[in-house]
Amino acid sequence: MAADPRRYRGEVAMEPVIHLRAVVSLLGRFPALAGVDLDVAPGEIVVLHGPNGAGKTTLLRLCAGLVGVAAGEAVVLGHDLAGDRRAVRRRVALLGHGSGLYEDLTVADNVRFWARAAGARNEDAAAAVATLGVGGRLADVAVSRLSAGQRRRAALACLVARRAELWLLDEPHAGLDADGRDLLDDLVRRAAAAGATVVVASHEHDRSEALGTRVVTLAGGVVVGDEPAPGRPDHPVSPSGGPGAA
Amino acid sequence: MLRDAALIAGKDLRLELRSRVGSGQVVPFAVLVLVLFGIALDPDRGVLDDATPGLFWVAVLFSAILAVQRSWAVESADGARDNLRLSGLSPGGIFLGKAAALAVQLLVLEVLLLVGVAVLYGARLGGWPLLAATVVAATAGIAAVGSLYGVLAAGLRVRDTLLPLLVLPVLAPVLIAATRSFEAALDGSQADGWPWAGLLAVFALGYLAGGIAAYGPLLEES
Repeated sequence: MAADPRRYRGEVAMEPVIHLRAVVSLLGRFPALAGVDLDVAPGEIVVLHGPNGAGKTTLLRLCAGLVGVAAGEAVVLGHDLAGDRRAVRRRVALLGHGSGLYEDLTVADNVRFWARAAGARNEDAAAAVATLGVGGRLADVAVSRLSAGQRRRAALACLVARRAELWLLDEPHAGLDADGRDLLDDLVRRAAAAGATVVVASHEHDRSEALGTRVVTLAGGVVVGDEPAPGRPDHPVSPSGGPGAA
Repeated sequence: MLRDAALIAGKDLRLELRSRVGSGQVVPFAVLVLVLFGIALDPDRGVLDDATPGLFWVAVLFSAILAVQRSWAVESADGARDNLRLSGLSPGGIFLGKAAALAVQLLVLEVLLLVGVAVLYGARLGGWPLLAATVVAATAGIAAVGSLYGVLAAGLRVRDTLLPLLVLPVLAPVLIAATRSFEAALDGSQADGWPWAGLLAVFALGYLAGGIAAYGPLLEES
């Protein structure tokens, strides 16, 4: 279900998965990111906090290669985003505000399609559907007939099936019931344990801080705080100097 | 690229089968266009006979606009386009897949419209080799242009109104060539029609090649 840990062995094992220096990203003319410094090490679960408009979503989309780098240095999974931001995309999974699902296709069709598009197998898709609790009769239901929470689970199944090395989650708990939230947290921890790196943007501080190993706070498009998650003194130290370095 | 194209085409066709937008909206619209032309021109049956090839292709073009809008509406909803860009599928494959799915839908529509012009306008269909070649080449061109301009307009708030303004002028050569070729096929003078069918094939190949090359940047900007 999670990334293949073998990908993290060898010469790139100690490289930061995300390396950002003075990164500026523009939405139109507005600098959504105005000089972000951030390093994230393999296996970390980094929680992004910050008020609306702080740049959390843009930061996730930048790491996914979906928005451009106007200035600064941005390297994700060894790919220089200022040069070719398409190359990193197949190796990341992004759960955004939208589900990314096709309304008229069934849950199984959606997960199978996105899994195969990412180079995964049908077996990965079937396993993801079962893991997220949208198998059985729900698998053959059109997405348009699902509740918001079921759609979120289906979207998470698509994400899990990709077997990505970097998970980028934007408000992932939104719409999920208590069981779904627990399941999501468990999936994230298992993915990180298997070698994947996770960045979670969330307004739900208590839950996300319990999940994360490190909390990074954004405001006005810059990093204004970077510290271990509460109760996690043994969090991984990033290559740039760890918490507080940004 | 062909594997990616097959994946996208399969998904788009499955979407259309499940949603039934094509059978429930596009086909009735196309038939309605034929009926309205028939009502408008029926007092002078001779004009209707002469205009049948042109009316057929005008109905196809109008319906193709609906199909193209639908093809990109499903990608614009709820973050699907982001997933498409993240998928790692080759842009050329996405273009070919969407064009292929669109072409299949248009071919089905055109078969139904051929029956329609035979029944409603009393057209005597003939010259089948030329007719088939024209349908295939024109459909490929329409699907290629529609898919290319569909992604161009996809990210715009005014895409629904902008798309016809972008696509219809570009498809004017297809309308002219397909109409001339159809006229030759129906008149029994196929030799006059093959150059037009050839022109349609060149147009289609040009736009397919251009689409494969240009789709990546357009998908990024959409």
